[in-house]
This record gives sequence, structure tokens and C-alpha cells, in this order.
Amino acid sequence: MAMTDKWEVVIGLETHAQLQTQSKIFSGAATAFGAAPNAQACAVDIALPGVLPVLNRKAVVCAIKFGLAVGAQITPRSIFARKNYFYPDLPKGYQISQFEIPVVQGGGLSIRVGDAEKFVNLTRAHLEEDAGKSLHEDFQGKTGIDLNRAGTPLLEIVTEPDMRSAEEAVAYAKALHALVQWIGICDGNMQEGSFRCDANVSVRRAGEPLGTRREIKNLNSFRFMQQAIEYEIQWQINEIEEGRKIQQATVLFDPDKGETRAMRSKEDAQDYRYFPDPDLLPLEIKPEWISDVKASMPELPAAMQARFQAEFGLSAYDASILTASRGMADYYVVAVSAAGAANAKAVANWIMGDLAARLNKADMPIDASPISATQLAGLIQRITDNTISNNIAKKVFEALWNGEGVNADDIIDKQGLKQITDTGAIEQIIDEVLAANQKSVEEFRAGKDKAFNALVGQAMKATKGKANPQQVNDLLRKKLTAG
Amino acid sequence: MINASLKQLSAALGAKQISAVELASLFLDRIEQRNPVLNAFVTVDRARTLEMAKGADARRAKGESGPLLGIPLAHKDIFCTEGWLTTCGSKMLANFVSPYDATVVEKFKQAGVVTLGKLNMDEFAMGSSNETSHFGPVKNPWDLNRVPGGSSGGSAASIAARLAPAVTGTDTGGSIRQPASLCGLTGLKPTYGVVSRYGMIAFASSLDQAGPMAKSAEDCALMLNAMAGFDVRDSTSLQRPTEDYTRDLDLPLKGLRIGLPREFFGAGMDDDVRAAVDAALAEYRKLGAVTVEIDLPNSGLSVPAYYVIAPAEASSNLSRFDGVRYGHRAADYGDLNDMYSKSRAEGFGAEVKRRILIGTYVLSHGYYDAYYLQAQKIRRLIANDFVEAFKVCDVIASPASPSVAFRFGEKSADPVQMYLSDIYTISTNLAGLPGMSLPCGFGNGGMPVGLQLIGSWFGEARMLNAAHQYQLATDWHTRMPPDAG
Repeated sequence: MAMTDKWEVVIGLETHAQLQTQSKIFSGAATAFGAAPNAQACAVDIALPGVLPVLNRKAVVCAIKFGLAVGAQITPRSIFARKNYFYPDLPKGYQISQFEIPVVQGGGLSIRVGDAEKFVNLTRAHLEEDAGKSLHEDFQGKTGIDLNRAGTPLLEIVTEPDMRSAEEAVAYAKALHALVQWIGICDGNMQEGSFRCDANVSVRRAGEPLGTRREIKNLNSFRFMQQAIEYEIQWQINEIEEGRKIQQATVLFDPDKGETRAMRSKEDAQDYRYFPDPDLLPLEIKPEWISDVKASMPELPAAMQARFQAEFGLSAYDASILTASRGMADYYVVAVSAAGAANAKAVANWIMGDLAARLNKADMPIDASPISATQLAGLIQRITDNTISNNIAKKVFEALWNGEGVNADDIIDKQGLKQITDTGAIEQIIDEVLAANQKSVEEFRAGKDKAFNALVGQAMKATKGKANPQQVNDLLRKKLTAG
Repeated sequence: MINASLKQLSAALGAKQISAVELASLFLDRIEQRNPVLNAFVTVDRARTLEMAKGADARRAKGESGPLLGIPLAHKDIFCTEGWLTTCGSKMLANFVSPYDATVVEKFKQAGVVTLGKLNMDEFAMGSSNETSHFGPVKNPWDLNRVPGGSSGGSAASIAARLAPAVTGTDTGGSIRQPASLCGLTGLKPTYGVVSRYGMIAFASSLDQAGPMAKSAEDCALMLNAMAGFDVRDSTSLQRPTEDYTRDLDLPLKGLRIGLPREFFGAGMDDDVRAAVDAALAEYRKLGAVTVEIDLPNSGLSVPAYYVIAPAEASSNLSRFDGVRYGHRAADYGDLNDMYSKSRAEGFGAEVKRRILIGTYVLSHGYYDAYYLQAQKIRRLIANDFVEAFKVCDVIASPASPSVAFRFGEKSADPVQMYLSDIYTISTNLAGLPGMSLPCGFGNGGMPVGLQLIGSWFGEARMLNAAHQYQLATDWHTRMPPDAG
């Protein structure tokens, strides 16, 4: 951005990731999305008099996994605190969260913007419960309260103010989004609110102290995040350039208007009166618990990326693309093991090239690909063993996508796509082509190289593309120079 | 029958001398007769009670037995009881029928106990005289012009007047022991974490503890056997092997070391109380115990620390009473904030509001360190004092209350005076220790005086032993108010 010549942008992100537990963080009620309003709210969730919270240890396991995945410190003794405020969808009048001593401290994530790699430091990640939902439609001027979501476990992940552009913020959010799904702690569903981000944005003239920040709340898509942050940056710069001061505020992004607007200013900021929740003991995490969790964790993206480079000779870029999501990595691993390590590079190229393009066009995640990893591997094997050419392979790929056969061999067989490699057969075709294209032969002999390509094209056409292109090349050249 | 111990009642039920229905009816009739004056019960439901009694008789007919099967008890209205109004003494919950049972209530039901009704109390257990109840004060059966103590005032009065053989109470700063003392009965607050708090409406979570109130230490032990135990629904309940709290009742007291805190025997105690307590200590020496002077140097800080911690927790615990899901909601209101403020202004009484204000203040930004954090440090010092003290003694003795029951209105205008009536009991809650009060004589106006015993952590059995042996040697605990019989 041109503005960064004069202005530096400072962004920190707070992300709420809903943890994939069967039951709530402090009660036994189910957490599944989409149930009838208040069907999944038990006595504890609706805060009846006398009820007490009991910590769900599965939520703690998720926090430990996350801490390990980002190289953070898992706090041996963290504290649950009450954040007190009144709101109808907050049944107890306080949210149980962690304040002074969170369960995860430090750590960070590598992100990539274009060719540049960057490390974003995390401040902390803490466990807390979600609130319910206020429903403002369909109640004739009244508000409905659905407490199904109340008590759903959340991990709030807070970064240092390390990002310097909307692109970096989005790259971080995407990397985090991939990671939480990778380690299986969050389903990442942004529409359902399983993964939501708040962005703290400020600007300053190069070299000056940090500017006043405004917090953009509830960004639930990467596109909106990009738009909202860009708008906010421009707005703040304009304000300052026009001589006004930025006031600390919480703002919302309106996707229809493409702008942010203030929800409440600092003066309205609430005093949450945090104090340790006397209903819950400190959360003790012994080293044995951490090592148990560690043993159950999948290989992490960074480790896998390094392994792909070392084992398969992939470039850092390719390896990072293939480990951008768990689905992608799983697909690659299965395809390579089926196609053989010798084909590792070819498998990578096919996934990042044809398959990625086709999935993109169909707006499908790789997990839903109509071509399975083993099918793709089968196709690539037929290329390397010269059964088909690259060009025919694209036809077979398309046929596999459309479900025209159970595998590449089946399609090659049914559609007669097997490559012609018999020298005699190719020679015969070449002879026919030479006889029929005397003009091109003469042009070639007169020194026009293009004429050679035209002759190759004719030979390939005559075999409907099935002749081995290399053989055609060799034989043709031999015949022309010999003749 | 109305003076019988739980053991005797159980024997009578076992021998078919009386049925659970007959026994429940006997007490229901007494309640009907006496409660209009005493106001100890806020909810009585004869049909429901008799239904439970029939159930108990049926269980016994099938061959079941148990120390509490068919025994009628009543619950302080702080315990959630399925199908019963559970008001906590407040207008806020005047219409609240609990859809579930507190763990304590559930355990008694399993033991076959018959519920006689729900007992009046200070609003949300905040008070020492029962004058803060939305349903009006309970009268002390020994003198109808005097308070029964609080907050378990209905519980205490019901036993003194023999409207129930035994009841439940809760104790946050003395709410079992002080009314037990003022009404002349035996009440016990267990070690924090021994009895589940699930379903007991929270006042100050880190201090609240449920316990039995009855005519004797032996009855309290039997009750505690049914109440105590780990509960997965309460993270602060303790995972320990089950105990029989009656196991040590008959041990002789020879060699028992009774610690007497200098700080509890100084100024501030009325002479009549001192005389009764001194006589009780003399009796203990006769029984073979020795008394040793001990120091609890930080006990003077217990009242101020308590009145930071308890209101802080209460201000948060009571936030759920917002008029949104249950309880009182103002009839007319403008916006959401208006609904909150009117509902809460109408639903809570003055003492509850005072404590919510104090609690909100001490947790506020900029004050937290000076008040809440400081109070927590004092709390640790107070607990350490007891650790030191129990190196040289087995139980600690003191008065339960600095005076006998006072008259209505005597202290209600001066909250600090009221708060000081718990001066001997509060440090026990701050330290999480077990404590009890037992009758040890009479003072001015013929009003009962209570002796407080404080046990070491999980020292209930030893403490009950000391109380029981004293009750074998004395008859203070058998005395009744003149018109109770």
C-alpha cells in the first residue's frame, strides 16, 4: 500500500475458536449446532439458583493441543475468573473466563504473504464459555433468548500487535484457521460462528509511538476481514490527516456499506470486576497430562512441511502449499504413498496445478474432491510408465472427475487412450505424414524449424494424440535428416 | 415423641410403634398450631409431605431400613427442592418453584427422609437476626420479642419449638451456629467441602457450607452422615473416603486439649454469656479435658475481611437474579436497563442491596487490590493462625455469640453492630474449619447461651465427641421453651 511509505499500520487479532467437545465447558449439555432454541440448555446453562460449574476436561485437552501446536507454554496452574456484566443472553450475569493467568502463554505462528514469511507472536490463549444468542427478529418488538450456545467452550487466542497490513492479518487468520482444524480442536465453520475474529487496528507515522486503536468486532469471513481492516486503516489515516484524534472504540463492519461504524466508545467501557471464580478450583496441568496429549497429536504442519522438503525434495513453497490445510496434506500423503516416492514431485504438481484449479472452479474443498488421492496417483503412474502422455492424462483427469471410470486404467482402457510406443507403428504413421506433407518437409530442409513442429502435430493428430510425443520427435528427426 | 432423639424416632419407626405418616402428621399439626406466631416455616405442603411419608412407610414395609427412613425433617429455604417453592427469603424468588433437588435434599430423599416444609431465613442468608426476610421475621420461641438469630433463624426456631426433630441450615459466617446458640440447640457447620453446595443458593461461594441443626450432637452426627460426601456436581466438594461421624461419640474426654483463644475471651462478651461459657469449661475439666490458652492474633481482622470477601462473591452470585429467566420481574419498564434496575430494586431488600453495593465496590477497577486482594491475604493469615493453634490443642472453645438473643429492632438500624454478632464464628468460615454451637446454660432474660467448639480441618468426629460427652453430663440441650411442649 502506498500509504505505508508514511504510515505504519499495527494490527493485533483476537480469535474465538469454538472447541469441538461433545458437551459444554461447564455442564453436560450438548454443543451441537442447529438444535431448537433452548433445547440444549440445562439447569447450569440457564443459571438456575444453586447450580455450579464443573470443568469439562476435554476442553482443557483442546487448549493443551493448541499450546503444543504453537510452541507456547502450558500454564501448570491457571485460574478461572468471573467477568461480570449484565446481558440477557449471559444467564449468570458473568462469563467464566480466564483473566490474570491463562492456560496458554506465548508461542506463535508462521505466516506467508506472497514470498515473504513472517512470525506472528501470540500473547496468550485462554478458555472461556460462550454466551447465548439474542434473537431480535420475529418477536413483535421483543427479544428472544436462545441459550443453546451458552456455555459452549471457546479458546480465545490473542496475538501481539505484530501484523502490519490487512494481508498479513488475513494470512494469520487463515493460518490459525487451518491449524485449529488440523489439530482437530475446532471445526472452523465461520458461518456458524465457530471461528470469529476481532481485529485491533491502529496507525502511526513511521517511528512514532503506537496510535490509539479501534477494535473491529466479529469478523466472520476472511473477505470481510480484509475489507474491514482496509477501510478502517484508510479511515484512521484520514481522521488524523484532517487533524482529528482517534478515540478508542469498538466498531462493527457493515459488509453492505463496506464501512466500519462505532458501537461504543471507551467512556462506555464496562468495569468487568474480574475476580477468581470461587466455584472452580485452579486448573492444574501436570507434565504427564501434557505428554499424553502430545502423544495423541498429529504431525504438525511445520514439521510436515520440513519432512516434505527433506523426503520428497519439494521446494519450501510447494511444501507450504501442501501443508496449508490438513485436508490438502492428507490428500498428498495418501497420493504419494500410492504413486511411490519417485512420483512425489509429479503428485505435488498435479495437486497444486490441475486438481487445485478444478476444485477452485467447482468451489470445493479438497476433502470433497471427486478424484480420490489413489485415483490421482494411478493417473500419475500411467504418465511415468509412458502408458499415456501428459496431454492424454488431462483427458483422463477430466474423465475421472466426471466419474467415467473407477480409475485411470479403466478409463484408458475403455476410451482406448493407451499411448502408441511401438516404433514400427509410429514409423508407419510418420511415413504417411511425410508423404502427405511434402511442402512442410521442404520448408524444414530449407531451414524452417517451425515446419518440424507442424509435422509433429500432424503425426500426433493422426494418432489422436496417443503416440508417444518423444518417440515421434526422435523418429521424425531421424527420417528427415537421413532422407 | 417431640422430644425424642433421631435414634429413638428411628427405633419407634422400626418397631412399628409409629408410622412415618403418623410422625409427620404430629409435626405438621404442631406447625399448623405454632407457626402463625413463630413464622419459622415459609412453605408447608401437607399433602406433599404425607405423600413422602407414605412412600417411606412403603419402603419400610418392603423390608428397607435405615437410620433416617421415615424421619421428618425440614429444609432451610436456601435449598432447591423439586416441586416446592424455593424463595431464599426473598421477594426476588417468591414465585420460584425449583425444577430440581439440591444434592443435600436428594441425599435425604434417598435416605427416606420426609420433608416437613421450607424454613424462613434472612434474605439470601444475609443477616444475623432473621429480620431481613421478605416473609417477615421469625420469633425466638424462648421470647417472642427477641430474634432467633440468623440467617438460619427459621431452622433454629423450628427445633426450639419442637416443630421438627432436626433441620438443615447453612453457615457462611455463623448462620448455623449463632441461631443455634440464640435458640438453645445444637448446630454444626462442617469443614468447607464436606457437604455439596450443589442446589444450595449461593451467597458467598468460598464460605458457604450446609450443616445439620438438631437437639443434640448425636442427632447432628446422624444427619451429617447423610449429608456429607463428594459430589461431582460441586468442584469444591472434596473427594474423601466416607466417614461415620458417630464413630467417636463415646470416646472419653480424658486428655482432650481444649484451646481457649485469648482474643475471644476479652472485652465485647456479655457477662451472662461469659459465666455460662466458664461453667461449661469447668464441666469439661471435670470430664478430664485440659484447657490451654492459645493465640489467634489475626482474628480481629476476620470481620472486616469477611465483609469484603462475602459481599464481593455475593455481588456476582446474585447477578443471575435479573428478571430475565425466572424470579421477580418489574411489571412496567422501559428498556432493558430499566427492566434490570426496577426488577432488582423491587426484588431485593435493603441488606441484600447493601452487600451487593459493597461487593461491587470492592471488586471495582482500582479498588480490587486494596480490598479484595488484601482480604484474601488476611484470610490466609487467619487460616495460618489456626494451623499453629491446632499444634497445641484438639478443639477450640469460645462463646458462639457475644450476647444472648437480642430484641427485634435492637441492632437492625446499625449494620456494624449486627455484623459484630458473628465475631466468634466468622474466622471459622474464613479458614474453612468445622464448628458447632451447643447449649451451655442460660443468661439474661432466661435466654439460652451457646458454647462454640471449633475442630481442626475434617475434625468433625472429634468435635462431635466433645459435644456429645458434654451433653451426656449436662441437660441444657434437653431444655425447651415454656410453651413448646
